[in-house]
Amino acid sequence: MSMLEVKDIYKSYGAVQILKGVSFTMEKEETKVIIGPSGTGKSTLLRCINQLSPPDKGQVWLDGEEITNPKTNINKMREKIGFVFQEFNLFNHLTALRNVSIGLEKVKKMEKDAAHKRAIQELTRVGLDAQVNQYPAQLSGGQKQRVGIARALAMDPDIILFDEPTSALDPELIGDVLDVMKSLCGKVAMLVVTHEMGFARNVANEIIFMEGGVIFEQGSPKDMFTNAKMARTREFLGRIGALYGEEETGG
Amino acid sequence: MATDFFQFFISSLPNLMSGLGYTILLTFISITAGFFLGITLALGRVYGNKLVNGFCVGYIELIRGTPLLVQLFIIYFGLPSIGIIFSPIQAALLGLSLNSGAYQAEYLRGSIQSVESGQMSAARSLGMNKLQSIQHVILPQALRISIPAWSNEFIYLLQYSSIAYIIQVAELTAEGKFIAAHTFRYLEVFTMIAVIYLVLTIVSTEIIDRIAKHLSIPGIGAAKQINLRDV
Repeated sequence: MSMLEVKDIYKSYGAVQILKGVSFTMEKEETKVIIGPSGTGKSTLLRCINQLSPPDKGQVWLDGEEITNPKTNINKMREKIGFVFQEFNLFNHLTALRNVSIGLEKVKKMEKDAAHKRAIQELTRVGLDAQVNQYPAQLSGGQKQRVGIARALAMDPDIILFDEPTSALDPELIGDVLDVMKSLCGKVAMLVVTHEMGFARNVANEIIFMEGGVIFEQGSPKDMFTNAKMARTREFLGRIGALYGEEETGG
Repeated sequence: MATDFFQFFISSLPNLMSGLGYTILLTFISITAGFFLGITLALGRVYGNKLVNGFCVGYIELIRGTPLLVQLFIIYFGLPSIGIIFSPIQAALLGLSLNSGAYQAEYLRGSIQSVESGQMSAARSLGMNKLQSIQHVILPQALRISIPAWSNEFIYLLQYSSIAYIIQVAELTAEGKFIAAHTFRYLEVFTMIAVIYLVLTIVSTEIIDRIAKHLSIPGIGAAKQINLRDV
């Protein structure tokens, strides 16, 4: 049994059907990258997994427990699922330190001192030991996103979902965030929606190409980049590669 | 002339101070009770189910759609006919609190809804339940945003509390009317009263502004002064 099993997920917003039966699995400490054109349901899929937007149909299983079952304690399950947002969504009224420690204090009921200590460790891990007492509005976009990653890491999740983590960043700030993500590779499972082809190619165990609410094709980066089966996959990768560069962006 | 006015002022002082005490009491208790009522109503409007939301909307519209004076009359003169009797001060406190609660609910609802939706998503994604998310993430931001509107509400309440004189509460305006009726020095009395209200308003605005500055989030700054009642 896989750590994460996503089974036949359907989701509509009003009359618009976004996801039309998506299934895949993930193993412990695996990294998968989801690519695909805008509006194809990639972000919706991530939000279906942690139930921020519960799917209309289908199941999500984590560690043998069905998250989609209404009887499951969803808050308990979300502790195991980190989420990193495109727009960071740091808590505006809290310092970087408190952004990372608040989940430990309020959800894991950790002592304040221990929580702060752990938060400093995580912030150091993402290279922000000098910024612990700064507020989100005082940080650059790249720093904000690294706080976002530290906030997710501090909860000791089984998996972290990244929703276009670098799309809102200035190009010169993307590298720092990708470096942090690379350093997590093999330590925690990561499911990453991104257009960063360099990251996908070099870091992912598998690439999932989504279009029109379904998984169009999936495979190892090598297979996908060099001999994708579908013409549409090749076309998309070619176009996105030209835009975002297949070169290593993170250096 | 000046000494005459000064003597008149000194002789009026006990009455004025007693009235001032009631005005401050009315304002502070009503703003506080109204605040808790307002928070409850605002949360009910934003997060409640249809029934709760409907109840809150009904209450807020009822209060905002009728004059404060009429509300006070119903509480003080109307309710005794069904056996519910309040003293003037009780009736005034109840009326002002219920009234202010409805207005504060609307300010707070606006503030809660102006907190980006991503804040709630982020809190929930950490495993906080809805109540924890509201308590630790949404309200601390919403309350800061609502301070300017709240400052206005405070000033309105301070001045509207003068309406309580009509139901025989011996607050500042009532004391003024009492002194004037006995001395016929209306201009002097109500000028003194006006100055006292003015000083109270300036002092409380300054205090609230300082609190707002103290609580402002570094990098964002204090929220701009907006008068929602005039919007």
